[in-house]
Amino acid sequence: MKSFKQILTEAENKIAGIAAAPGIVIAKVYLYTKEKLKINDGIVADEEEAIANLHEALKKSKKELNKIFSFAKEKMDPDRAGIFEAQLMILDDPVLIDIIVNRVKIEKRQPEYIVNDEISKYQDLMRNAHESYMNERASDIEDIKNRIIRNLQKKRWESKIASELIVVSDSLTPADTILLSRSNVKGFVTDHGGLTSHAAIISRSLNIPAVVGAHNATLKIKDGDTLIVDGFHGYVLINPNEEQIQFFKTKIQRLLELQKGLEEFKDKPGITEDGREIQIMANVDVTGEVDIVIASGAKGIGLYRTEQILEELGEFPGEEEQTLLYSRLSTRIYPETIIIRAFDIGGDKVKFLDFKEPNPFLGLRGIRLLLENKSMFKTQVRSVLRASVNKNVQFMLPMVTTLNEVRKSKEIIEECKKELKQEKIPFDKHIKIGVMIEVPSAAVMAKEFAMETDFISIGTNDLIQYLMAVDRGNDLVSDLYQEFSPAVIKTLFHIISEGKNAGKDVSLCGEMAADTLAIPLLIGMGLTSLSISPAVITYAKRIISKISYEKAKILADECINCTTEVEVQHKIEHFFKVNNITRTRNII
Amino acid sequence: MADGFFNQEKQIMIERTVKIVNSAGLHTRPAATIVKLAAKYKCEFYISKDGLNINGKSIIGVMTLAAEMGSELVLNFDGADENEAADEIIDYFNRGFDEL
Repeated sequence: MKSFKQILTEAENKIAGIAAAPGIVIAKVYLYTKEKLKINDGIVADEEEAIANLHEALKKSKKELNKIFSFAKEKMDPDRAGIFEAQLMILDDPVLIDIIVNRVKIEKRQPEYIVNDEISKYQDLMRNAHESYMNERASDIEDIKNRIIRNLQKKRWESKIASELIVVSDSLTPADTILLSRSNVKGFVTDHGGLTSHAAIISRSLNIPAVVGAHNATLKIKDGDTLIVDGFHGYVLINPNEEQIQFFKTKIQRLLELQKGLEEFKDKPGITEDGREIQIMANVDVTGEVDIVIASGAKGIGLYRTEQILEELGEFPGEEEQTLLYSRLSTRIYPETIIIRAFDIGGDKVKFLDFKEPNPFLGLRGIRLLLENKSMFKTQVRSVLRASVNKNVQFMLPMVTTLNEVRKSKEIIEECKKELKQEKIPFDKHIKIGVMIEVPSAAVMAKEFAMETDFISIGTNDLIQYLMAVDRGNDLVSDLYQEFSPAVIKTLFHIISEGKNAGKDVSLCGEMAADTLAIPLLIGMGLTSLSISPAVITYAKRIISKISYEKAKILADECINCTTEVEVQHKIEHFFKVNNITRTRNII
Repeated sequence: MADGFFNQEKQIMIERTVKIVNSAGLHTRPAATIVKLAAKYKCEFYISKDGLNINGKSIIGVMTLAAEMGSELVLNFDGADENEAADEIIDYFNRGFDEL
């Protein structure tokens, strides 16, 4: 049988990208082109269903607008707020909706075509008014028109990708990924994005093989093509030949056997060869994932990214809704712990259409945004407190930059505790409050942050991005996003040591911990707690079981003194080799 | 008896001309308010300007009216509660949409 290298060298039908989520899959393609708003003017088979879809799209649009509105109303000038209100009213406009529904009934054409046609008529009237502000008004209407059409199309997509397909797209938002994952998607391939783009993170957590940053994949791949996606090595084969199919089918078989072999690690703690216990917790993105977490043998949830709730619900959940969600998770995971992270909104996480910052990664995000929107923050704090009655909930603040932010947040938490006490609602009085260390200023001040909180957790994704001044989603510079840069290693070592000196728990919850190559180094630097995607937990435990902490310490010492990333990587690879540890990707 | 019968049949319709008196004109916020006021009443309500006749209960319709300060609109109310509707809406126009 040919080697992997041979198969790959001979393959003229391959596209190379970044291996974003492990696994191999062979399936047909669904080309997901969401950016181009192309109106389908086809005939509908069932006009009752079409009308129901229209009402659903209107409802969804209303939810989305309410979400933006509830966030932005405090910050908007009254004029902008008025436009939002008018947009919301358009979704309920009895005259407009009546006409659209009647036309769908009579003409039996796609609602998106009729919506476009009807609303455009009004826009033409506005533009013909020859007043500059009327032109602007026509553009405001454009936004609501496109929103309704987009939601109608989403509905069509959802029904189309009910079967088991590989989704190929230029890029995927977190919302897209969640939407698509509900439809039995078998794999993802995207033109853009890096290892830590949200499409990649969510694919990993949902255990769906993914290759991202595959440049012009959407140009080369056509709807209905057959693809092999190798999420271990970052390759895609288009319409594979028989030899390629056989080769990868054998690999899939071996992968299944390996996973069976990993079963034994599920119920065991992560323990090094020389008996040091490493707590392996799970990162959770979507609420449905908790079953995967429990099945994976994780020791609790080390990071629950609550902002994904917004993607799932399409709007800001109220206190009752959030309390219910958090309580359900904390009960399900009991007696293990769940660390709930406050909404980390801003940056690339949630797109507020009305709120464009020139430099969102350096803008209003994480705790900065929460402190600016106190009522929203308080709703979440109260919900987390109410879910803490079993004393297994901890609360974590994202993107802290200054100690002042921590102090202000703690004041708000105290305020909420006082309120709950007065309302006689039970909660854990000693709930642990921690911070994410993901901004260089917080990394430098790690000791001070640790002293004022109960625990610190290193978020490597953002920390590396800010430390290296590189946009992790931009594949033009993503090679500067170096997990193993000596600057990163030194910084991590500093945070871990300072946290421990302050006598506080230190954990790491970025994607770096999921990279099996990083594990010996992280353990050698003294970490005893990692939080990773549930899909890779058994893989990590297997590696840990083969590492000696004493030897890993020496490795860490060596790596801290390296001057380039390549040097660090070579040292770690050498470590794997001399200690006879094989990495998963080399097994299959 | 016959008189009463006639009275009910007769189409009483209110038609009034109003002038835009605020400096910003009929912009989005007052347009939304007018539609919300109109929604409270059962009667039909139409606004016309420059040959364009718009259903006053439709926000997207009212938004197509370009009405600067000084321009005139013709309002039509037709239905059981037309008097009350006319009173409230015309008053809102006369108050310059509360922007004077």
